[in-house]
Amino acid sequence: MTEPTDVRRASQDDQFFWDAAAEGRLVIQRCADCGTLRHPPAPMCGACGSVRWDTADSSGRGRIVSWISSQHPNRPDEEPRVVILVELDEGTRLVSDLLDPADDGPYDDLPVAVEFRDDRGTLTPYFRLRS
Amino acid sequence: MTGAVITGIGATEFSKDSGRSTMQLAAEACRAAILDAGLQPRDIDGMVTFTVDGNDELQLMRSLGVEEITWWSRTPGGGVGACATVQHAVAAVTSGLARSVLVYRAFNERSQYRFGQPHARPTGPAPLDWYFNFGINTPAKMYALWFRRYMHAYGATNEDFGRYTVSARRYAATNPKAWFFERPITLDDHQASRWIVEPVLRLYDCCQESDGGVALVVTRADRTTDVDAPVAIRAVADARHPDASITANYYYDDLARYPEAAQCAQLLFDRSGLTPADIDVAEIYENFSPLVFLVLEAYGFCGPGEAAGFIADGNLDIDGALPTNTHGGLLGEAYIHGINSIQEGVRQVRGTAVNQVADVEHCLVSSLNSGLVLGRV
Repeated sequence: MTEPTDVRRASQDDQFFWDAAAEGRLVIQRCADCGTLRHPPAPMCGACGSVRWDTADSSGRGRIVSWISSQHPNRPDEEPRVVILVELDEGTRLVSDLLDPADDGPYDDLPVAVEFRDDRGTLTPYFRLRS
Repeated sequence: MTGAVITGIGATEFSKDSGRSTMQLAAEACRAAILDAGLQPRDIDGMVTFTVDGNDELQLMRSLGVEEITWWSRTPGGGVGACATVQHAVAAVTSGLARSVLVYRAFNERSQYRFGQPHARPTGPAPLDWYFNFGINTPAKMYALWFRRYMHAYGATNEDFGRYTVSARRYAATNPKAWFFERPITLDDHQASRWIVEPVLRLYDCCQESDGGVALVVTRADRTTDVDAPVAIRAVADARHPDASITANYYYDDLARYPEAAQCAQLLFDRSGLTPADIDVAEIYENFSPLVFLVLEAYGFCGPGEAAGFIADGNLDIDGALPTNTHGGLLGEAYIHGINSIQEGVRQVRGTAVNQVADVEHCLVSSLNSGLVLGRV
């Protein structure tokens, strides 16, 4: 059995992401001055230097840029899972898991949509293939 | 020319169970490097290592008998900064802030701490949480999620990666210091090894977990003594881009390329006045075999997506166009986070390597985002 990776250490810079997730919303940090989107979150906009920011609601739709099957040979994951790097339609990327993959892939460039599920008490954004 | 030279190299044996502390490994490697440079510990006045090294500078000074340090630094990002350590040392000696700088790295990453195993808590900065909780909890998985895009973009297969491993293990088989000394493998062996991260990495695509230490001494070119065998640092460079918070960077426009290594390559060639064709031998950091593919292409040794053919054609062989990882690499010799590859580069230029390439004028050492070119004085 793998040890739980229960380490969601939300900081002052990314608490908003998990607050929104708890409401089932996938949000992207947005510079309040120049509008540049950024993920993972950061306290200052690398494009204009502003520390003012708000969030944009993501459509939750995107495509798989890259993926792996995560099944460690001698200390397995609790369940084998497909880890994906998603590029959202809004342009930012995030790492997540693919829910209920029907086959062994490949999953490159396939379209996905967000679906929230509980992960040890935290409502967490995962993704499912969409047609 | 940077005006700096490597005058000494030293190392412990490479094993899976050193039987002694990492501080002892560091001290042994450092003392060997200092003596190889024709110096005594009291001659050292600078020290550089990596951020993740567990050996405290002051304690190491005490063990070695180094009396006073006036320059020290650590490069970020683990093995990403293996060659960057030399850049820090060069800056110190050419600016006059230090005379002789010790560069070192030592650990028991097999016997005391399983570097490649899943860990419950990220040991790095908080941004790792964006990856660990979704299953990216080992170096193999971190990198595989990057490499998969390369496979998709260019049709590269795990069998292609295996041809690199076969090459590395062939070199290791004739290197008595290599863990895999006298243990070459075939492509069939590679393809029969178990998946570590499907569909990217099999067991034989992964570097080792090793115990050991390696050290170098860097000094100014006009300070060399009669007894050392100086090797010129022709150029050294380090190129980091944002968002590489787990060293593999998931945010490049084109994940099938390696822009940081390409920028490092450009800096090295600009600073040395050399071109890829001038490189006689290369020691390329490969925590995992696909990294060699991305680096060969980033440096322009072949075009994008051409590394599989470049390797299959035998270019990495001892008599090929670019003999590569002549010590067996981090897959075949040991995983001392790339500093053992710098040591091999020094030996190639000195002419003392066990798998010696003929007439070496210039050796490239690449460690992910940093790199250096060694040459004859």
